[in-house]
Amino acid sequence: MTLALKTTDLAKTFDIGKRLIGPPRAQVHAVHPVSLDVQTGETLGIVGESGCGKSTLARMLVGLEPPTSGSIEIEGRALDRADPAAFGRLIQYVFQDPVSSLNPRKTIRQIMEVPLRLLHGMRGQALDDRIAELFEAVNLRPEFLTRYPHEFSGGQAQRIGIARALAASPRILILDEPVSALDVSVQAQVLNLLADLKAEFNLTYLFISHDLAVVEAVSDRIAVLYFGSVVETGPAEKVFAAPRHPYTRLLAESAPVVGRPLGGAQSGELPDPLNPPPGCAFAGRCPRASDLCRREVPALRKIEGDQFAACHHPLEP
Amino acid sequence: MSLFLKLLFRNRLAGFGAVVLGVIVLLALLTPILPLHPPNETNTANRYLRPLSDGHLLGTDHLGRDLLSRLLWGTRLSLAVGFAAALIAGLAGAAIGVIAGYFGGRTDNVTMRGIDMLMAFPYILLALAIVAVLGPGLLNALIAVAVVNIPFFARNIRGVTVGIAHREFIDAARLAGMGHTRILLTEVVPNIVPVVVIAMSTTIGWMILETAGLSFLGLGSQPPQADLGSMLGEARSALITAPHTSIVPGVMILLIVMSVNLLGDGIRDALDPRLRSGALARPMAATRVERREVPAAQGEGFLRIDALETQFQVGRRIYKAVNKVSLDLQPGECLGLIGESGSGKSVTALSVMGLVASPPGVITGGAVRLEGKDLIGAPYELLRSLRGRKVAYIFQDPLSTLHPLYRIGDQLIEAIRVHEPVSHGEAHKRAVKLLEDVRIPNAAARVRAYPHELSGGMRQRVGIAMALANDPDIIIADEPTTALDVTVQAQILALLDELRQRRGLAILFITHDFGVVGQLCDRVAVMYGGRIVETGPTQDVLEGPAHPYTKRLIACVPELGGGRRILAAIPGLPPAVDQLPEGCAFAPRCDKAQDACRRGEIELKGETRKVRCLYPEVAP
Repeated sequence: MTLALKTTDLAKTFDIGKRLIGPPRAQVHAVHPVSLDVQTGETLGIVGESGCGKSTLARMLVGLEPPTSGSIEIEGRALDRADPAAFGRLIQYVFQDPVSSLNPRKTIRQIMEVPLRLLHGMRGQALDDRIAELFEAVNLRPEFLTRYPHEFSGGQAQRIGIARALAASPRILILDEPVSALDVSVQAQVLNLLADLKAEFNLTYLFISHDLAVVEAVSDRIAVLYFGSVVETGPAEKVFAAPRHPYTRLLAESAPVVGRPLGGAQSGELPDPLNPPPGCAFAGRCPRASDLCRREVPALRKIEGDQFAACHHPLEP
Repeated sequence: MSLFLKLLFRNRLAGFGAVVLGVIVLLALLTPILPLHPPNETNTANRYLRPLSDGHLLGTDHLGRDLLSRLLWGTRLSLAVGFAAALIAGLAGAAIGVIAGYFGGRTDNVTMRGIDMLMAFPYILLALAIVAVLGPGLLNALIAVAVVNIPFFARNIRGVTVGIAHREFIDAARLAGMGHTRILLTEVVPNIVPVVVIAMSTTIGWMILETAGLSFLGLGSQPPQADLGSMLGEARSALITAPHTSIVPGVMILLIVMSVNLLGDGIRDALDPRLRSGALARPMAATRVERREVPAAQGEGFLRIDALETQFQVGRRIYKAVNKVSLDLQPGECLGLIGESGSGKSVTALSVMGLVASPPGVITGGAVRLEGKDLIGAPYELLRSLRGRKVAYIFQDPLSTLHPLYRIGDQLIEAIRVHEPVSHGEAHKRAVKLLEDVRIPNAAARVRAYPHELSGGMRQRVGIAMALANDPDIIIADEPTTALDVTVQAQILALLDELRQRRGLAILFITHDFGVVGQLCDRVAVMYGGRIVETGPTQDVLEGPAHPYTKRLIACVPELGGGRRILAAIPGLPPAVDQLPEGCAFAPRCDKAQDACRRGEIELKGETRKVRCLYPEVAP
């Protein structure tokens, strides 16, 4: 297996309260240095709650947000940020809100043509053929091409979004909450379509979601994000079944499951990003926290086999 | 386009403005071919002729020039200058606004501070200064008026652009390989054109007035050329002796500016999508009721909904959002109402207290009985006294249900004092107690917090506290945890369950999540296409769903712990409730559907478990 995507200490810091001249009033570390490897053909699931930095991470990977530090390598080559089109041909993005990711004043054909023209220089018949091919791949009827985005349901609009991302013929797709705006019965249609497309076009996926069950169902490997850091990674079948980080366990136990009694949830909230605690960010909510946790940030380390956790006192399976 | 015209002429005043302006513009266009005296032909023998004189319909001015001719030529000039100034100001302002709003950061800061400086001058002073530098003349007056109005457009368009520049389709365009120029021209600009048109249509009147003002002061058109302002200026000396020389151009300015403004308002109303959908029309205090007969109560129940029908009537279309829905809720019970978006679950809940917005919502049938008393069509005063006191609501998004400008404590105190005449101090004590009841840490201090200072979970706790403020018997919770993170959701669900047991609350819990229903609810009702398709004890329904829709919907939901797998999906889309098929609404998506499923009315049958299906999965 070859490496499709590798990030080395990728980090993002936002300035708060920018001034015309001089330094900003404060800084927020949205993403702490993150190093991830994704194999070709793999689906890496990224889960985390709102504010954990998962969308910022995704936006850095596709070049929508310049990283503060660190580097991104795709298939062994460091990415050159000077040429956005080069980015676009390698890695594409599927947005959370399918309707707002389509310009309301353009027809679907106009939207589909852009990546083909600009990234691959297609014109004329070749362009039309490619659009027809893509539409067939996502099970959409060709007559939709002349319509406007508001005429589509969420599920159809998301298929159009996926078709547009595929038009760039990327190697890697970043799926940022691709089904969370959809109804359950439609959600499964889109997830299965994504699985088929992956096999057909030999794609690599980064699947970002807050829905643990969905991530588990589609991923090979899962990374859990908390407060801008990766706290646990491991194979999908193990991460939630036998979590090593206490936060992962809290997540798994909070997911509503038929038959499980309520009341297992502890209170506690995310720390203030403007005033982060010195040690482990989860220490304030963690039943196993010790003085060491409150003093020193734990590094992501191998616990057993292919399970990694950033914890001073990892859980036993 | 025809929709636009229809909307425009629905506003009578705008139609009137359009007609008046149309006539004026037509006259101005036809001026060169009309049989008029030359406008600058002087005849001092015929000075100050009254209107309706021989050969001079509107009389003559101080040099004996024909006023009608001068008026029409002047109108032509004033209109042209006004439109040109609006166009220049609009284009230049929009260009500045788009660039500042799109690039943001330092570009935005520097440009907008420059614009602010322009705005700091009283605009007539600024216009005078510009004309003073450039020298008098109509073209310079036009430039001055245009420049003075650029800040208005720039600010307006910048605001709209900032909103658009952060939309996802801009990111998508960037990823598709578009450069900044191309994004600005093909993605941003088409979306701001309506705003520019609206802003222009409402400011042309102003610009005509301002140009006339400069000409009146002698800084615009130079003699003998006539425009409306200079005509007024020249007539000023004879204001008392020959008032018609002032009145004629004055009335024309009035007509032009009034008709432009009326039309501009009409255009704004017709183009604004929010006004188009009628959302800004003030909803009635309670949902409109058009009910022919009151159905008899079908059984006992603390809260009983019988054959409720709620529709949305938009134009000729009728959306049957809720179609003969019957439910009952016992004291202390939790009933889950589950369905996908558009299934009618929220509308059912809002209909209970007459909270569906009217227009377009109408309750067309059924009854809602609280302790045996029908609430549909009840007087507003009765509904108001029950809302919050007997039946309280918790909504999905606590950020939009709490008022952003008031402290949460004050909002709680208001909720308490609406129903009970207690002192402010007493209410304050109860507010703190309520916040403690919903497990908000440090409640005494948090009372003084504003909604934006709290996290999503804390805000939803405040929403629950507010629902509990008057010790209601029933809480209707409409997707209260959908917007929350999973760990916070678990906390809120545990809190609701605890409150239910401690206070004996009855809860109608609306959700799309089977996991949540399974953990919290005693009974569940499944809705599809505005109807209840299955109802029964939660455990029985989840373990052995009888309706094919319920069964397949449950199969669609991945459960944690199942590992990687292919998910079951339901092909097709939920039906649109304005064109429901005959028979079973699920038949087009159901693989068990027979011909009988597509005909006639299918009953909801059964005792404790009911199902609306001819071929149920298990016998109910």
